[in-house]
Amino acid sequence: MSAPSPEQAAGTQLERWGSDSDNLLQMLIGVQAALGHIPEAAIRRFEAALGVGRARIEGLIGFYAFLHHRPRGRFDIRVADNIIERMRGSRELAEALAGRLGCPPGETRVDGRLSLGYTPCIGMSDQAPALLVNGYAIPAVEHARLEQVVALVEANTPLADWPPELFEVALNIQRKDLLLEAAVEDGAALAALKASGADALMQVLEASGLRGRGGAGFGLARKWGFCRQAPAEAKRRVVVCNADEGEPGTFKDRVLMQDPQQAARMFEGMTLCAGMVGADSGFLYLRGEYRNLLEPLERELQRRRDAGLLGKNIAGIAGFDFDIAIHLGAGAYICGEESALIESLEGKRGNPRDRPPFPVTRGYLGRPTVVNNVETFIAAALVAVQGADWHRARGTEHSAGTKILSVSGDCARPGIYEYPFGVTLQQILDDCGAADTQAVQIAGAAGRTIPPDEFQRRVAFEDLGTAGSFMIFDQSRDLLEMVRNFNDFFVHESCGFCTPCRVGTTLMQKTLAKVSRGHAAPMDLDTLRRIGELMRRTSHCGLGATAPLSVLDTLDKFPALYRDRLSDRGFVPGFDLDAALSEARAASGRDDPRAHLEGDGV
Amino acid sequence: MIEHFSLDGKRIPFQPGQTIMDAAMQAGEYIPHLCHNPEFRPRGSCRLCVVRANGRSVAACTSPAREGLEVESDTPDIQADRRSLLQMLFVEGNHLCPACEKSGNCQLQAVAYYCGMLAPDFTHLYPVRELDGSHPDFVLDFNRCILCELCVRASRDADAKGVFGISGRGIGAHLIVNAPSGKLGDTDFDPHDRAAQVCPVGAILPKHKGYDVPIGRRIYDRKPVSLVGDVADHQEDMS
Ligand SMILES: Cc1cc2nc3c(=O)[nH]c(=O)nc-3n(C[C@H](O)[C@H](O)[C@H](O)COP(=O)(O)O)c2cc1C
Ligand code: SF4
Ligand code: SF4
Repeated sequence: MSAPSPEQAAGTQLERWGSDSDNLLQMLIGVQAALGHIPEAAIRRFEAALGVGRARIEGLIGFYAFLHHRPRGRFDIRVADNIIERMRGSRELAEALAGRLGCPPGETRVDGRLSLGYTPCIGMSDQAPALLVNGYAIPAVEHARLEQVVALVEANTPLADWPPELFEVALNIQRKDLLLEAAVEDGAALAALKASGADALMQVLEASGLRGRGGAGFGLARKWGFCRQAPAEAKRRVVVCNADEGEPGTFKDRVLMQDPQQAARMFEGMTLCAGMVGADSGFLYLRGEYRNLLEPLERELQRRRDAGLLGKNIAGIAGFDFDIAIHLGAGAYICGEESALIESLEGKRGNPRDRPPFPVTRGYLGRPTVVNNVETFIAAALVAVQGADWHRARGTEHSAGTKILSVSGDCARPGIYEYPFGVTLQQILDDCGAADTQAVQIAGAAGRTIPPDEFQRRVAFEDLGTAGSFMIFDQSRDLLEMVRNFNDFFVHESCGFCTPCRVGTTLMQKTLAKVSRGHAAPMDLDTLRRIGELMRRTSHCGLGATAPLSVLDTLDKFPALYRDRLSDRGFVPGFDLDAALSEARAASGRDDPRAHLEGDGV
Repeated sequence: MIEHFSLDGKRIPFQPGQTIMDAAMQAGEYIPHLCHNPEFRPRGSCRLCVVRANGRSVAACTSPAREGLEVESDTPDIQADRRSLLQMLFVEGNHLCPACEKSGNCQLQAVAYYCGMLAPDFTHLYPVRELDGSHPDFVLDFNRCILCELCVRASRDADAKGVFGISGRGIGAHLIVNAPSGKLGDTDFDPHDRAAQVCPVGAILPKHKGYDVPIGRRIYDRKPVSLVGDVADHQEDMS
């Protein structure tokens, strides 16, 4: 089958998504998938059909990592490169692919067969190393699988004909509690809504103490209450499920959505929310890395429409009309931040908005919008049926219920662990078979680095809050590599909107490289601190405010990481004279030792 | 009833709906800023106007004024943060003030003087950026763009032309021109556009009049930015 022309590909997208420029990003994702890039002729077609300026389209292509002007190879391979994947050989995997396929990382092979590159965490830390081919995840790419992938690429086998078992992803559920054990029938939450009414259920949610599971822990009843009270035309409010799950080391939303029963509950939770706040449209914002979940989730939505659980007069409640559309992300961690997510839903670059106004009063297209995490909607659907006491039976006073953790790194049993809030880090480490642990990174790259003398601390909003990422590092690891990996991630993911994060992440990268090379002086450590604290105080959004945490935490709690690498000189210039000579070396064709300055400088 | 908040101990009146910045400007109080211009919707991206309001750090240009708010702006620690932010803007681009036509009329330079920034401190990033000389009346020098988006907003909202946009992300974010060639000469950009007059730095430069006003007699040469105000309000002094 030959590829469609650019005009055809754009035309297909216009048919699918309508002539509404709010869906522009989804259309570009569609063209990228069909053609491997977004050609000039497709851009012109969109400009004419949607009446948008070319700069808007270019701005999107430049912002989203999975969109490209220039053609990618027929097989677009991205190796996940979070620190956990690195510890499991992601770099060696990429090098092996590069060697076998004749295509260095970062490039496209001249015959256009493949592109090879790295990408941040793809939600597979429990089965690393993993990679994406044209957006579809293949976990646990060890020797035999590597050979298989190489052979399929060389044979030019269409991706649709690759053996399905390559794409099978294990659930790895290691510990179940309230949420994962609950046996509640499909449709039960909507039946409860019909039986008790929104006001009564609001009180149940309030009494349950349910707080958001996506990180910040905002009270669910308060959020839904604000949205419900916000003035809106008829029932034109919006419900958004945040399935962007971009935080390095988390994969619990992926597991929840992979399990048909939990996916059904997630949609039911969204529908319940719609019924309670008065919303007519819903979105699931699914990260592009979870492309393989799109069709199963679409099928589940159709099943719900057929069963009267979505659409018109839902669950037999007259006038309760609501439906859900799935929007894909395209490689931008910042789009997990709720206001950037809304911008992305509107087909824009993912720059976080000013708050106030908060999404609950002005969200998608200015309409009051609830944004909650996958796990939160599931918990809400269950609480509506099981009641407040059921939920309160677990957890602490301020953090009721349970939390699903994604455990990865140096332990015997990585995977999904559901615990009551209040569990200690030590308990989790014992359960997953971690030994000789040097540090736990909790809440992802944006989270805290915890040393062993704090392993009695608890997972709870009043102590260590987390969306669920739990990465374990044993004594054999160099934590500076972890810090640098996280910092590289933020350099890649900063949206570029505000000065401290846009420039600060890169300045930190340079300084950390200097530390790592053994060229840093004490002054450089002061610079790291100064940049980090500036970012914490002055960044526009949570990304910039949390990006420096692992640097600041390790400076405080693991000072030897830095101290032991300091140069014995009081000052080393940031300007790298040897690197500056590289152009001269290239011009003169020399690379012998005498064409270099010595490692310790001039 | 007029409401008030305090700015470094001074009582500042405001009307409902005004931001801290609006009210301060109206009262003649200066809060350093680069991406703000009251003609356009505030953006809050340069972060220079970050103040402490009841103990919380917020951008003055986007934060609503509230009765009784205690705002601190001119304190040693906040000014130190501003110096760091300015240093970041200087090392991010290529700002060679002595060789820049805008020197003396440049708000980045003027704010840096005002905040007492003496040297860039951080490692220079020395980005490789191109010049666009395709337009008959203007040069675009991307080396000096600080991504304030004033030109983007002015061209879109005041001129209804949408000549500029932003692409890339993170440290790779950059200004783009809305034309298939990406060249300013292929747009309807015009010297009378508001967008031609708002750039706080030397990124959008008129041709043929670089030194009509000699250095020494320029907007910020004799009085500080706190008294003179924004470049955008002084177009007559530059030509
Ligand atoms: C940089 C950044 C990334 C985020 N990524 C996610 C994400 O991937 N998933 C998520 O649910 N929340 C994410 N959040 C939090 C959301 O902004 C928002 O608080 C959350 O979706 C609200 O849902 P909850 O109340 O159910 O937790 C992120 C926040 C920031 C600042
Ligand atoms: S903090 Fe970073 S991600 Fe957030 S707005 Fe600023 S540049 Fe963008
Ligand atoms: S060209 Fe000037 S006005 Fe436009 S974004 Fe850059 S610095 Fe701001």
